[in-house]
Amino acid sequence: MTGTGNIVARKAFPAAAKEKLTDTQLRANLRRATHTIRDKRLRVVGEVPDWEALRVAGAAIKDDVLSRLPELLERFEAAATAAGAVVHWARDAAEAAALVTDLVQATGTTEVVKIKSMATQEIGLNEELEAAGIAAVETDLAELIVQLAGDTPSHILVPAIHYNRSQIRDIFTRNGLSALTDDPPALAEAARRHLRAKFLSAKVAISGANFAVAESGTLVVVESEGNGRMCLTLPETLISVVGIEKLVPTFRDLEVFLQLLPRSSTGERMNPYTSLWTGVTPGDGPRTVHIVLVDNGRTDTLADEVGRQALRCIRCSACLNVCPVYERVGGHAYGSVYPGPIGAILSPQMSGEGANSTLPYASTLCGACYDACPVRINIPEVLVHLRQTGPHPAAERAAMRALSWTMRSRRRYAAALRAARRGAAPVRWATGGKVRRLPWPMSAWTAARDAPLPPKQTFREWWARERA
Amino acid sequence: MNAREEVLRRVRAARPAEQVVVPRDYEVAREPDDLVELLVDRLVDYKATVHRCTGDGLAGTLAEVLAGTERIVVPSGVPQEWLSAYQGDVMRDEPRPLAVADLDAPGIAVVTGCAVVVAETGTLILDAGPDQGRRALTLVPDHHICVVHNGQIVAGVPQALRRLADPTRPLTLVSGPSATSDIELNRVEGVHGPRRLDVVIVDR
Ligand code: SF4
Repeated sequence: MTGTGNIVARKAFPAAAKEKLTDTQLRANLRRATHTIRDKRLRVVGEVPDWEALRVAGAAIKDDVLSRLPELLERFEAAATAAGAVVHWARDAAEAAALVTDLVQATGTTEVVKIKSMATQEIGLNEELEAAGIAAVETDLAELIVQLAGDTPSHILVPAIHYNRSQIRDIFTRNGLSALTDDPPALAEAARRHLRAKFLSAKVAISGANFAVAESGTLVVVESEGNGRMCLTLPETLISVVGIEKLVPTFRDLEVFLQLLPRSSTGERMNPYTSLWTGVTPGDGPRTVHIVLVDNGRTDTLADEVGRQALRCIRCSACLNVCPVYERVGGHAYGSVYPGPIGAILSPQMSGEGANSTLPYASTLCGACYDACPVRINIPEVLVHLRQTGPHPAAERAAMRALSWTMRSRRRYAAALRAARRGAAPVRWATGGKVRRLPWPMSAWTAARDAPLPPKQTFREWWARERA
Repeated sequence: MNAREEVLRRVRAARPAEQVVVPRDYEVAREPDDLVELLVDRLVDYKATVHRCTGDGLAGTLAEVLAGTERIVVPSGVPQEWLSAYQGDVMRDEPRPLAVADLDAPGIAVVTGCAVVVAETGTLILDAGPDQGRRALTLVPDHHICVVHNGQIVAGVPQALRRLADPTRPLTLVSGPSATSDIELNRVEGVHGPRRLDVVIVDR
């Protein structure tokens, strides 16, 4: 079934991108951050002699998961249940969000602490909880910044990447968090003080998971700050929302992903903290553990032979950080919680048509994302596939119809070329060889690019003259 | 049809038929020349403080690291000898578990061992064994001192995960003190976990 929730853009990409392109502060912030991370990633990836072999193994492990998904899901459920967890299933975003809200309400609490999770953003959990009178406190620094600013995330790893340090300090100050300076350590200290009491008193925590191990029912959370450990350890109840594609078959498979993920995402050899837990451990951590397995459009994606490779994604964000389009427009222009190259192939597949249908065009097909991807998702290939199979804009259809009529007859084609050249001569004289705006239907093309003028002579004419 | 059955039905209908063979051509057992040197380099790079001593010198080294710390907490399995030279208060997480407020008291440090250590990434792996205790112990105090015996050090992640006795125990991988990359994608130390991490490497 088609996915719902915060993966469906409300505005088409071309219009949203146009707006964002005028924000020079945004572009400066993004440029600085993405370039920092690119260099770091290259350095730590270069340290690993068997990086390519790890990528190949990582891609294959995920493909294996997709082909054995039914049995692995059942195995995960059985193992997690045996270890004391309660496993739930949800068909779409609304069902998942309602389920989690019920679980929280059953505990009687009105405030939950949250670990940054793409799955909970995708299902619109915070909105649903709020409607039920439950405050969801984001504890990841960047999520906290975005939440305090009343904004939405713009990057899958660093949701506040569009803010620089002085903007962050302003957001803190407006919300009563005092940071002495806009030095990153001072900002981190302010967040620590703000959240400490919440961690120590929270009754319920909500997380996602980076990986779910089918053979043992183990969940894995990869993080930096320790807010994840706080949420996973101190509250009595833990609810984890997990996409069905997060599985890996065995514990051993983590030896591949725990090498690929940190180096690809934050450009570190290893992130500061990784937690693994299996159901309930008496005397250590939460006494009640729920796991919600979510489909929300993943099975639709799985059904597409070319497009299903998007489900290998481990959400490292390397493809965003290297993308020339993302660097200029930022995450909000994509309109989905999954922005950048991976979002351009994942959101339209998960959500079906609608505003997302322009997303496969949000790329120059340069291929940098494919080279960076630790699980070798051929994003350009899927983009082209989605362009071919997706709905085509009216202007493109009209232009193609006219072109095909012209090209079906040699006489019409030659006449059209002659007419174009004659028409172009005065334009060339006036513009110096480039056209910025053509009439409909070609205006759809020139809205975002210049069109070249036809050359002064055709190849056939040149050939005839040279060989005369 | 309930959600579980429906999701499973859809997955069965959509999944690819081909079987996948996973090529594992990556390295599982690298042997660098000097494991300890490599580990020290990586720990220091991520802002941990490293101390080295012999087995006999451990108690003295820990007392030095803890100079100025009035009270520490330790899990039940930390040997008495480790702390024989330490002058301050020692609170053990037994017979009754300590309250979170005790762990959160200002100036508190925690001393633990570890299960296995990854040299290439500077990662301490805790598996809740007796000398490491439950997860909250190494999380709430602001200062963590971890004792590593050099036989516990391996080169890479694959070797380390294969050494773990029981992967279903709660596991925590610690690489440096708490940090964030959330501001302009630069790593800065010090958010919610312990902001000071001392690693004491015991050479044989
Ligand atoms: S598509 Fe690849 S590079 Fe992009 S976030 Fe997913 S795993 Fe990372």
